[in-house]
Amino acid sequence: MSREKDTTYEVPIGPIHPALKEPFLIKFKLKGEEIVDAEPFPGMNHRGIEFMGMHRNPMEVIPLSERICGICSIVHQHMFTTATEHALSIEPTNRARYIRTIMCELERIHSHILWAGVAAHEIGFDTHLHFTWKIREKVMDLLEYIAGNRVNYSMWTFGGVRRDITEEMYPKIFETLEYYENLYEKLEEIFLEDPSIKLRTRGVGVLTKKDALELCGVGPTVRASGVKKDVRIDQPYAAYGDLDLDYVIPSRYGFENKGDVFCKTVVRLKELLQSVDIIKKCVEQMPEGEITSEPKKAALLNKLGKSAGEGIGRIEAPRGEAIHYVRLSEERDDVDCWKIRASTYNNLSTYAPMFMGEQIADIPLIAASIDPCIGCMDRAEIIDINRGEVQSYTKEELHELSVKKTKQITKGGVE
Amino acid sequence: MNFVLDWGIKFVLVLLISLIGIFLGLLYKGFDRKITAMMQSRIGPPLRQPFRDVKKLFMKETIIPDYAVPWLFNYAPIFALLPSLVALAYLPLGPFGPLMDGYGDLILLLYLLAIPAVAMAIGGLASGSPYATVGAQRELVLMMSYELPLAIAAVTLAYNYETFSVGVISSEPVWSTVGAMGFVGFALVLATLLAVMPGELSKVPFDQAEAETELAGGLFVEYSGRNLALFYIAEAVKMIFVGALLIALFFPYQLSTLIDPWISLGGPTIPLLEMGLWAMIADVAFFLVKLLVIIYVGVSVIRVAFARFQINKASYFYWVPMTIIGLLGTLLVVLERTGL
Repeated sequence: MSREKDTTYEVPIGPIHPALKEPFLIKFKLKGEEIVDAEPFPGMNHRGIEFMGMHRNPMEVIPLSERICGICSIVHQHMFTTATEHALSIEPTNRARYIRTIMCELERIHSHILWAGVAAHEIGFDTHLHFTWKIREKVMDLLEYIAGNRVNYSMWTFGGVRRDITEEMYPKIFETLEYYENLYEKLEEIFLEDPSIKLRTRGVGVLTKKDALELCGVGPTVRASGVKKDVRIDQPYAAYGDLDLDYVIPSRYGFENKGDVFCKTVVRLKELLQSVDIIKKCVEQMPEGEITSEPKKAALLNKLGKSAGEGIGRIEAPRGEAIHYVRLSEERDDVDCWKIRASTYNNLSTYAPMFMGEQIADIPLIAASIDPCIGCMDRAEIIDINRGEVQSYTKEELHELSVKKTKQITKGGVE
Repeated sequence: MNFVLDWGIKFVLVLLISLIGIFLGLLYKGFDRKITAMMQSRIGPPLRQPFRDVKKLFMKETIIPDYAVPWLFNYAPIFALLPSLVALAYLPLGPFGPLMDGYGDLILLLYLLAIPAVAMAIGGLASGSPYATVGAQRELVLMMSYELPLAIAAVTLAYNYETFSVGVISSEPVWSTVGAMGFVGFALVLATLLAVMPGELSKVPFDQAEAETELAGGLFVEYSGRNLALFYIAEAVKMIFVGALLIALFFPYQLSTLIDPWISLGGPTIPLLEMGLWAMIADVAFFLVKLLVIIYVGVSVIRVAFARFQINKASYFYWVPMTIIGLLGTLLVVLERTGL
């Protein structure tokens, strides 16, 4: 019968679309309301930050690095700083490690609350968007109180931090933490018990544990599937080694590790509570001492210009593991090479299994469920100017290119 | 000669009612937005914001996309607006009975209620955008879903009064025509109608056809300028239409008559209310308050308290639970009427 023709049609979501907070393109193949195929096309928000960084000295790159992302500015600042410290073998002071931990966790609190609001907005529940963003103001106020800025805090320096958390600040910190502890039950009631939210989040956007492991997802996205993966525990940085942490996975709290949007909400909400605990412990255990091991700016700059080396900075960002690679050379004062791999880059590949078989209505929520940060992720794009085409490479082609480059560098010595 | 004069006056009155309907629609849209904002701990726009929106939209360029069918695309907004305006002439508004009483009944109103949704779907399909097409499909699915509970409610009322005439139904409040069992029955029917209201008006949780975060405005994604302004007004007038319909069917109380038993019980008379004009003003004010309450309950509160449903779940909601509740209400009314 001739009736059996292809009834699928294509709907592009993006590059500019209300479901996405940043320019990004996903092409969907639909059959009625059902998604048959989804393919993400990144590269719409490339700003060339790495290139800019490679034309500045490391000191100047710190403020640049935090401008990669508006939400996780501490994350990138931390990674760049630790990568450079790694390259130069600078050790941050103990007090700085604790202050860094506190700041990182404060940022996690604000990021997760912001995500909860965005998720509520994506399913048309604007009341909770306004509620969560209102309570988020409290931690923003605290960040401003400590760092002097609501975003882009400029707290980090090589060897430590630039601003101290003094004892006068403790009451305000504890007050804010208490505020969130008191509100936590309400948040849980809203996001885990509200029937109309449960209707939209349960069983939607499922990422199985197998897929999560195979696609190398990171952060809350895979922890919701029961994958125990957290840089803070696996390879502790800053002061996390001194703290007794456990993986936040849904089964710890009596939920199934299903990997749907509901589980991702559970993970993020529980991490909120975990962050509050971490900050409390950090403030209580805060060691005395200097806040930076390199207090002399001129000496530090001199050292940065003259030394060579390469280093890696890792962090468990609110969205998952992210990495910076930094290389410094003796000939140039500027950063020789800077490579960023943000958590969204890994999580992007988890989109395909999550979207499959779901409805159009679930697109925004599933898209938001990995908490995408396109500004962090878009790092490279290949454009053929002559043909006016945007090109993409497959895994095999990239591998071939890498082998070719390695041969060039080592002059054919390595096979 | 008398005939011509009579219809001349009616014509002028219909125009007047249309203008009042548009004014009230935009005003109540402002109320809705302000109340919603206050419930969401926002400040919210001023009451006159919808008027400003319309004024601005009329000044903007009206763009017709290349892939659109121009005449369908341009006529759809007009056909979305007109039925709601016409319907106002068949509804009792406060102290005034239906202007066109005897020329149309509840059945006509149900059809007038359906036309804007169809017009919106046609406009969406004619705009040639995939988002609008999906939105139009959803609008039609949703319409098919809420028509059933709506029809059940209409039939129940008609059965009770043995007529479809809105004038007759609104002459006596439905609650006083039945006993306890019928009262419960009509309460269930009212509940179904209140659940249909956000669907009719495309408000959260039933705004799948527009679904800002999913379809970027859905049906209206290609509309701009004058056409969008007409849709905007149509939506506002439809809100008044549905509100006034609910009032006519379930709460046709007048302040001037409500006060009578109180006076007969020996309460002090209010001299102003005994004069015709003041009684009328009081009734109009009472009608406006009732409208506000209906819109508050049927639109604002529901909008604030729910997330958007997926389209299949919205359909299920109307077809199964709401239909069952409606039928249960009908059953109770029938049981009481037949004296079983």
